[in-house]
Amino acid sequence: MKIVLIQILLIVVVIAVVARLFRSRGARAQAIRRLGLLLFAAFAVVSILFPSVWNRIAQLVGVGRGTDMVLYALVVAFLSFTVTTYLRFRDLETRYTKLARRLALDEAAVQYPGSGGDLGDVLDQPGGRD
Amino acid sequence: MQDTWFVIPLFNEEQVIADVVRDVRRTFPHVVCVDDGSSDGSAAAADAAGAVVVRHPVNLGQGAALQTGFEYALSDPGMRWVVTFDADGQHQVSDVLEMLEKARAENLDVVFGSRFLDQRTQAGALKKLVLRMAVAYTNLTTKTRLTDAHNGLRVINRDVVSRLSITQNRMAHASELVAQIGALDIRYGESPVHVLYTDYSRSKGQSLWNAVNILVELILR
Repeated sequence: MKIVLIQILLIVVVIAVVARLFRSRGARAQAIRRLGLLLFAAFAVVSILFPSVWNRIAQLVGVGRGTDMVLYALVVAFLSFTVTTYLRFRDLETRYTKLARRLALDEAAVQYPGSGGDLGDVLDQPGGRD
Repeated sequence: MQDTWFVIPLFNEEQVIADVVRDVRRTFPHVVCVDDGSSDGSAAAADAAGAVVVRHPVNLGQGAALQTGFEYALSDPGMRWVVTFDADGQHQVSDVLEMLEKARAENLDVVFGSRFLDQRTQAGALKKLVLRMAVAYTNLTTKTRLTDAHNGLRVINRDVVSRLSITQNRMAHASELVAQIGALDIRYGESPVHVLYTDYSRSKGQSLWNAVNILVELILR
């Protein structure tokens, strides 16, 4: 049962990618992602020049055919892309929400002066509020 | 009553919001409706009924609307209590009076409304099951022990409101709110409330499919 090896490997990679992307943001995660992309591009060039390299890797981990190996790699890449994109959208949404909220609260302070404390007065001062 | 602000997230409730605001303002003068980008006349109706209307320029979600309402209420230095209240008329002001009474009498910082402490609320069997599962999940993942975690009726004191930060814009905010309160070292309790499911609120109410969306939003945070 050589196929078990690739199954274990892929599952481990999937879990690692997901855990990695879930738990870490910031400079290090970004650097790792960029290095990963660089490696990916370099490997793409190699595999274009020597297509048989996929076959060799496939046999090494017990998949048999190189095309299957490419498919598996694609699945992992797509999954990590999905998770990263989701997280990036969430970050974007958080910022956009803060912006919209600031706008809404400032407008309300002008429209209802006095009703919600002294927001209206503070607004009139230059640089009065964050 | 002067020290209490009602925070009402508002999204396309033109038909009922004026009545809801007027009903609240008979007892509590301070009402802020956070209009979450409604496409109908909700904001104007709430304003005419005497509420302060804070308008989100675009639709952000109910969680975002609550947080905006909290920040508005915090701008009133006289505010001691915030009441979160639904715009569709399913909550009762009399329940709020009892909740505030309980908070003061038992020195609680937060009082959650619960549909399941008495028999007044008539919910369908499936809805009940999903709500029970939601509570079980919330109790499992937070430090709190509640009987109803997804009730929009809550009484929260100023100190706790200032420490809350809801980042779940859409439906998972109820669980997030419970989790944040559970993580604070404060006193909270539950009070029975009557959630009135009218034909109107049923037609507007969230689909049970949202339970799936909430779960995903909570896991992928």
